[in-house]
Amino acid sequence: MIDRDTVLHVARLARLELTDGEVERMVGELGGVLEHIETIAQLDLDGVPPTTHVVEVANALREDEPRASLSRQQALAGAPAVADEGFAVPSPQA
Amino acid sequence: MTPDFEPVIGLEIHVQLKTRTKMFCGCELSFGAPPNTLTCPVCLGLPGALPVANARAIHFALMIGLALGCELADHSVFHRKNYFYPDLPKGYQISQYDEPLCRGGELAGVRLHRVHLEEDAAKLIHLGASGRIHGSEQSVVDFNRGGTPLVEIVTEPELRSPEQAREWLTLLRATLRSLAVSDVNMEEGSLRADANVSLRAAGSSELGTKTELKNMNSFRFLERGIAAEIARQRVTLEAGGSIEQETLHFDPVSGEITSLRSKEEAQDYRYFPEPDLVPIATTVAMLRAAREAIVELPRARAERFEDEYGLSVDSAHLLAFRFELANYFEKVVAVREGIDGQQIANWLTQLVARIGDQDPAQSKVTPEAMAQLVELISARAVSAPAGREVLDVLVREGGDPASVVEQRGLGALHDEDGALEAIVGQAIAADPAAVQRVRGGNDKAIGALVGAVMRETRGRADGADVTRLIREQLGI
Amino acid sequence: MSGLIDLSASQAAAAIKRGEVDPGALFDLYRQRAATDSLNAYTWVAEQAPKAPPQPSLGGVPLAVKDLFCTEGVPSQSGSRILEGYRPPYTATVVERLAQAGAPLLGKTNQDEFAMGSSNENSAFGPVLNPWDRARVPGGSSGGSAAAVAAGLAPWAIGTDTGGSIRQPAALCGIVGLKPTYGAVSRYGMIAFASSLDQAGPLTRDVSDAALLLSHMVGERDPLDATSLDFPEPIAMPSRRTLAGIRLGVPSELTGEGIEPGVLGAFQATLELARQLGATVESCALPHAPHALAAYYVLAPAECSSNLARFDGVRYGYRAADPDDLLSMYERTRHDGFGVEVRRRVMLGTYVLSSGYYEAYYGRAQRVRTKIAADFAAAFERFDFVVMPTSPCVAFELGSKLADPYAMYLNDFLSVPASLAGIPALSIPNGLASPPGGGTPLPVGFQLAGPAFSESQMLDVAFALEQALGFDGRAVRS
Ligand SMILES: [Mg+2]
Ligand SMILES: [Zn+2]
Repeated sequence: MIDRDTVLHVARLARLELTDGEVERMVGELGGVLEHIETIAQLDLDGVPPTTHVVEVANALREDEPRASLSRQQALAGAPAVADEGFAVPSPQA
Repeated sequence: MTPDFEPVIGLEIHVQLKTRTKMFCGCELSFGAPPNTLTCPVCLGLPGALPVANARAIHFALMIGLALGCELADHSVFHRKNYFYPDLPKGYQISQYDEPLCRGGELAGVRLHRVHLEEDAAKLIHLGASGRIHGSEQSVVDFNRGGTPLVEIVTEPELRSPEQAREWLTLLRATLRSLAVSDVNMEEGSLRADANVSLRAAGSSELGTKTELKNMNSFRFLERGIAAEIARQRVTLEAGGSIEQETLHFDPVSGEITSLRSKEEAQDYRYFPEPDLVPIATTVAMLRAAREAIVELPRARAERFEDEYGLSVDSAHLLAFRFELANYFEKVVAVREGIDGQQIANWLTQLVARIGDQDPAQSKVTPEAMAQLVELISARAVSAPAGREVLDVLVREGGDPASVVEQRGLGALHDEDGALEAIVGQAIAADPAAVQRVRGGNDKAIGALVGAVMRETRGRADGADVTRLIREQLGI
Repeated sequence: MSGLIDLSASQAAAAIKRGEVDPGALFDLYRQRAATDSLNAYTWVAEQAPKAPPQPSLGGVPLAVKDLFCTEGVPSQSGSRILEGYRPPYTATVVERLAQAGAPLLGKTNQDEFAMGSSNENSAFGPVLNPWDRARVPGGSSGGSAAAVAAGLAPWAIGTDTGGSIRQPAALCGIVGLKPTYGAVSRYGMIAFASSLDQAGPLTRDVSDAALLLSHMVGERDPLDATSLDFPEPIAMPSRRTLAGIRLGVPSELTGEGIEPGVLGAFQATLELARQLGATVESCALPHAPHALAAYYVLAPAECSSNLARFDGVRYGYRAADPDDLLSMYERTRHDGFGVEVRRRVMLGTYVLSSGYYEAYYGRAQRVRTKIAADFAAAFERFDFVVMPTSPCVAFELGSKLADPYAMYLNDFLSVPASLAGIPALSIPNGLASPPGGGTPLPVGFQLAGPAFSESQMLDVAFALEQALGFDGRAVRS
């Protein structure tokens, strides 16, 4: 029900590199788990609303009032690569 | 016979809201702050940080929805739009999907699909080869802009020409300006427009394959970009080719259109309801607050200009649909009681022809000067052609019209001392052919004689005076 | 000094208030024990007692905190290599509140990576050992917190529970673990696994400690967490001795098949004890409970696939060396930074949300969730609490379930129903049972689930049972 191509497609969406061996293993393991999960397909759920939030609340908003920001030093403290006062990454345009 | 094609254009507009703080955190919005000084755990997407929606951003979005005649949802939900990009700190954008805040609506005959709230991405600066790490090109992310509240406005594909798209967007901008919810500046990016463009056989009701033109950052580029894409599609279709659905970039310098994303990686945003936020339930109080905050929209203003100042429909629209023009107009009208509104509108058109998209309030022509000029013309102390010359000077140098007229000798030439009568006599003597045509009943030929007089007086004579004198001297 | 170790956290707090115990000495004692931890329960231990004088409420009784709670300047990796060396610039609301109340940070505890696991074997720091039998797992994902409390390496601890991650390790380590009502405790600063399910709660030696710790975790809602809620009233300290008038429902779906005989035996004995204490015990139905696990293993991975997208090597943590381009930076960073189980769940979650599958999986799972909440609501019309074992098994041997992911997921089938319903659930130790193949008896957990915000009453009932059960965990604290 889940094949190699699907695993590779999903891995790309998730930005996960997988070795050939890991792809093979993933095909088997995801397939196995999905087989169990698929039991919910048998339930009659017509007209049942979905639950996103178990507690019915709405409008938990904040006033438009400033809070202190981090200093640049704090913001960049954990960055793997820094350049020009910002977070450096390989260019998406490259 | 090749079929005639009809363009079908829809706009997707992103508007940065002018709140004090970001959409989901308390960082202040500020343009031009040093990089990465307006961030916090939330807008940097640090582990464990959670978003909380900004009440004023929702208020502004409701105002926009009301102003555009949308149906406001009493229950709306934020979703996560998942994709990876360095300017997107969480790996998803918090946006709205199948339960947006506003649906439908209409502006100037163009129906709207939806209006929703979301957060802006950060700024990604391409360093190019100068910033090489490990031999590859580098970019740098500044998260100051990341998380700025955005309202996305999507039209139905009901625009039919690049010019119409530009005009419509101008009206939308005036509407948003009058709500004071955004700076709506295309050059600065607080108003951004993407266009969906397709062609179909004229008269057909089926839609052709559309392309998406991204981020055109001025009204002029929007119009030119759409025109260029229509031309490109037309050439392709007429050559028997087909249009590929893709995202395109218009380069205003070269006029070229290039593809932004390759087709192979189809987007799959895996939308699902944002579990860190609760729904928005639009309350009566929220609606009332939004309604009360709306002052006067461009259409209402145009109608008021017609009623209050007797403007023509066209003039009223021209002014009211450009927020800053309308404001300037009202300042000029306020200088003196009883001043002729339509005359001011006419002269404002003259001013716009000289300063283009610039806000007249930022020009050297003060509302007082404008009012004085119109008064001089109405009093026939300055002729219309001379008035245009005065306006040229005002635009270049500022100052007041009376002094300009005085210094440059541009005052109207009336026939007090018989000088104008003499010039008219010369003109009649110099062009017997015209005289003959006039006498022969060709009334239009009188223009040639009037023109000669005007040339001689450098436009200072009053056209009506001149015509009267010519008729008198010819005895007709 | 050994006498201090035998004081429960609330006893220690009371003794400090009476001036009989010096909070600095208590902190040092636990700090030294934590520093010589041989269970791999800690990932970081405080160097010294906090400077600020302890607040009267909790007296300065130190607190062990699961790694995934962000603590300013202190390593907070959620058990993952991808957050190697990460020290947050801010502290989680609940850790801050507890420190303010007088429970200073003692150390950070080991856990399954990003709270995904039921055995604590999925940690970048290596597995935690069960103090009852070091060849066995402590449960997970809050295994470090559970083992530390059970072994007396901490007076008390906090953990998080997404599908059982507090209750199950509490059961396997013979301590008390409570998952509060969803929204009762702020999630701000908790490194997320599945946002709609994650909830912080106490892991303690006894029910009184759980009540005391919880009373300072809940209260006014946190303005930084939109899903957090005001707790309607203060948590009451438990005192009940009988169960007269208490109606317990026993769901047939969660008290039969798939549960070890030893665990079932202990459960039946506790039901009998409850009857003797005056409770009415009757069977009830949670018809959709058998589908809870499937729904959970759609919803939780889906949310995690999105929550973990921020670990991209751009702003913090690990980045793969010398990437060819942006795509390979992402793909290699996330491959190398995440462990096997995290990758599996990210894949599963990405798949169920992907185009064409959303309705079949995510949409249906959300509807199952509605049904499960409705089942509980119906049960609570007749019963005060629903009771079942916490875990279908006692602590299992390290490595024994790693080969088959679904076998590991099955550990959660008794705990996920309450998670999906967002209701509070608590596990107390109700005796020892031998594993199926025989061997040293190991702790078993008894689980109560109640309506939203019924924590005080639930703790009260659990207290009466605890007193009658007389479970003794002293042996593993020596
Ligand atoms: Mg958008
Ligand atoms: Zn921020």
